[in-house]
Amino acid sequence: MSRIKELFQRKQQQVLNVYCTAGFPELNSTLTVMQALQNSGADLIELGMPYSDPLADGPVIQASSTQALANGMTIAALFQQLESFRDTVKVPVLLMGYMNPILQYGFEKFCEAAARVGVDGLILPDLPAYEFETEYGAIVRKYGLDFIFLVTPETSEERVRKLDSLSSGFLYAVSSSSTTGGDKDFTAVENYLHRLQQMKLQNPVLVGFGIKDKSTFASAGKYANGAIIGTAYIKALEESAGDVSGATKQFLGAILG
Amino acid sequence: MTATYQQPDAQGYYGSFGGAYIPEMLHRNVEELRSRYLEIMEEASFQKEFQQLLRDYVGRPTPLFLAERLSKAYNTNIYLKREDLNHTGAHKINNAIGQVLLAQRLGKKRIIAETGAGQHGVATATVCALKGIECIVYMGVKDIERQAPNVARMKMLGASVRPANSGSQTLKDATNEAIRDWINNPSDTHYVIGSVVGPHPYPDMVARFQSVISAETRSQLKAATGSELPGYMIACVGGGSNAAGAFYHFLDEPKVKLVAVEAAGLGVSSGMSAATTQLGTPGVLHGSKSLVMQTADGQVVEPHSISAGLDYPGIGPLHAHLFKSGRGIFLSATDQQALDAAFNLCKLEGIIPALESSHALAALNELKLKADDVAVICLSGRGDKDLATYMKAMEQKG
Ligand SMILES: Cc1ncc(COP(=O)(O)O)c(C=O)c1O
Repeated sequence: MSRIKELFQRKQQQVLNVYCTAGFPELNSTLTVMQALQNSGADLIELGMPYSDPLADGPVIQASSTQALANGMTIAALFQQLESFRDTVKVPVLLMGYMNPILQYGFEKFCEAAARVGVDGLILPDLPAYEFETEYGAIVRKYGLDFIFLVTPETSEERVRKLDSLSSGFLYAVSSSSTTGGDKDFTAVENYLHRLQQMKLQNPVLVGFGIKDKSTFASAGKYANGAIIGTAYIKALEESAGDVSGATKQFLGAILG
Repeated sequence: MTATYQQPDAQGYYGSFGGAYIPEMLHRNVEELRSRYLEIMEEASFQKEFQQLLRDYVGRPTPLFLAERLSKAYNTNIYLKREDLNHTGAHKINNAIGQVLLAQRLGKKRIIAETGAGQHGVATATVCALKGIECIVYMGVKDIERQAPNVARMKMLGASVRPANSGSQTLKDATNEAIRDWINNPSDTHYVIGSVVGPHPYPDMVARFQSVISAETRSQLKAATGSELPGYMIACVGGGSNAAGAFYHFLDEPKVKLVAVEAAGLGVSSGMSAATTQLGTPGVLHGSKSLVMQTADGQVVEPHSISAGLDYPGIGPLHAHLFKSGRGIFLSATDQQALDAAFNLCKLEGIIPALESSHALAALNELKLKADDVAVICLSGRGDKDLATYMKAMEQKG
C-alpha cells in the first residue's frame, strides 16, 4: 500500500499537507525544509519543482520559483538532493510541477527516478485528464506513483466523479477558482466543500488554496480530510532570515497548536 | 473528426501538436468555448454582424495590390495583401472582433487580453470601446516602456493596461498574467488570445477568424490573374495568426508553397533570436503542445527580435505541424534584413510596413522567384508603431 493511502487509513481528519518549493530559500535547503516540516507536524509534503512559467501560481509561489531557478535548481539536481532523503523523511512526499520541464527531462525517466528515490505521488496541474487517460496515466501507474487531480467549485458533479476515479491518494479541492495565494471569502466555499462531502468520493479530499492559519485550517477540516498550505508557508520562509527550522516550527505550531 | 492541415482533430491536435494542457481551474471556461465556438460562429446573426463590422468598421476587403516596382526589382510578380490598411493598422482586429462578438454571445461581461507590441491590445481595446465592454490588457513591464504610443492608445480607448511584473516581463509573461486573471475570474470573463496559440479551441478559432485574409486573396487573385492559387503565400510568424489566416484556404492546396518567416534577431545561432522552429523543441507553453524555445532543463527562454510582435518563444501548433510535416517552408530574417526590407518597400512602393511584416518581405531575397511566379505577401501591419525604431536605423545609416 502506498504511503499516502497508509496515512489516510491512519488519519482521516485534520491531515496537513504543506507545500514548499525545491531549492528555496537556498539551493541546498530542500532537505532541511522537508525535515523541518516533518518534525513540526506536517503529515504530507508537496514539493514544488520550480518553473519559469507557473500558470496556476500566484505571486508568492512564483517569486519562490524564480528564486529557486536563480539558485540553480533543476529536476536533475532535485533528484540528486532526494537520493537518500528517505533516510530521514518518513512522511509521504508528492512532487508538484508543470509539464514542460518534465517533458524535457523525459516523462517516463522522471517517473522512474521519482519512484526510485522514494517519492509517493505527483500533482501536475497542467496535465489534463484526457492526456492522462490516453498517454501518461499508464506510465505513472507503471512506477507505482499516486496521481492527484484538482477539482474546483466550477467542476460539475460528473467531472468530479471522473477526476476522483482517475486520482489515487487523495483529491485536491481548490477552495475557490484561483491561483495559489488567492484571498477569497472562505465561508463562500463551504457550500462547495459540503457538496463534495455529500458525494461520498472514493478518495479522501484535501482543501488547497487560501488556507493560511488555524481558523481556515479548522474550517477546511469540517468538510474535508484536511488541507494544503502553500503561500502562507512560503511567506514564512521568506521571512525566516536563514532559520528554516525555527520559522517552520513557529509557523506550524501556530496552526496545529 | 480527422485532422487535415486546416482542421485539427477533436482534441485540437495538428499532427502531434496542440491539445489543451490547462489546469482544472480553466476547464469550465475552455470547455464552454470548445463546445460552442463553431455553433456560434455559424449562426446567421453572428455572421451578419461579423461581416458587417469587417466591412464598415475595419474597411474590408483589404486590397490585393500588385507591387510593380518591387516585382521588377525581383523580376517576378508580387502582390501585397494589405492588412496594414485595416482599422487600427494590422490584421489583429479581425480576430479581436470575432472573439468579442463570440464572448457577448457567451454572456461574458469582461474582456481580458495580452499584448506584446500593443497591436492586439489596441485592437481588443478598440472593439471593447465599440461594444461598451470592460477591457483589461496585460502587458510586460518592458514592453510598456518600449511601446509607449500603443499604451497611450489603449488608455485613450478606455482599457486598463496592467503591467506584468513576473518572469521576463514581456509577452510570454503578459500571457501568463492574463491566464491567471482568467483563473481568478471564472464566470464573467472571456480571454481574447491574440494569436493561434493557447489551448484548443483557440488555435482553430483564431485561424478561422483570420482566414478572411486568404478567402479574399483567392477571389482577388482570380480577378487579377485568372487563377485563385498563387505559387507562394508568404507571411511572418510570431505566434502565427496572420500566417494562419493567409495560409488557411491554401493549406490543403499542395500546389501553393506556404512560406513562414520567423524572426532571427541577431542571427539564428546568436543566442538573441526568436526563430522558434529552428531553436525550439517540443514542449508545452500557454496551454498547448508545440515547439518552444527552452533550456535543456525545460525552462522557457526569453527570445529576441527587433519586432516586439515576433518576440515570442513559442509558435502555434498548426505551424509546428506545417514545419514538422514539411508542408510549410520555414525561413527566418534577421533584425537588419527586416529593416533593409522595410526601407526597400518604402522606397519602391511608398508603403511603410510594420517591422513584423518586413520579415516576410525580407524572404524575397532567399526565395529566388522566377519571372512567371506569382507570390502573395501578407503585409500584416503598418509601420506607424515602429517609427522610433526606423528613426534610429536612419540615424545609424547617416
Ligand atoms: C503587424 C503584425 N504582424 C505580425 C504580428 C505577429 O503575430 P502573428 O504571428 O500572430 O501574426 C504582430 C503581432 O503583434 C503584428 O502586430
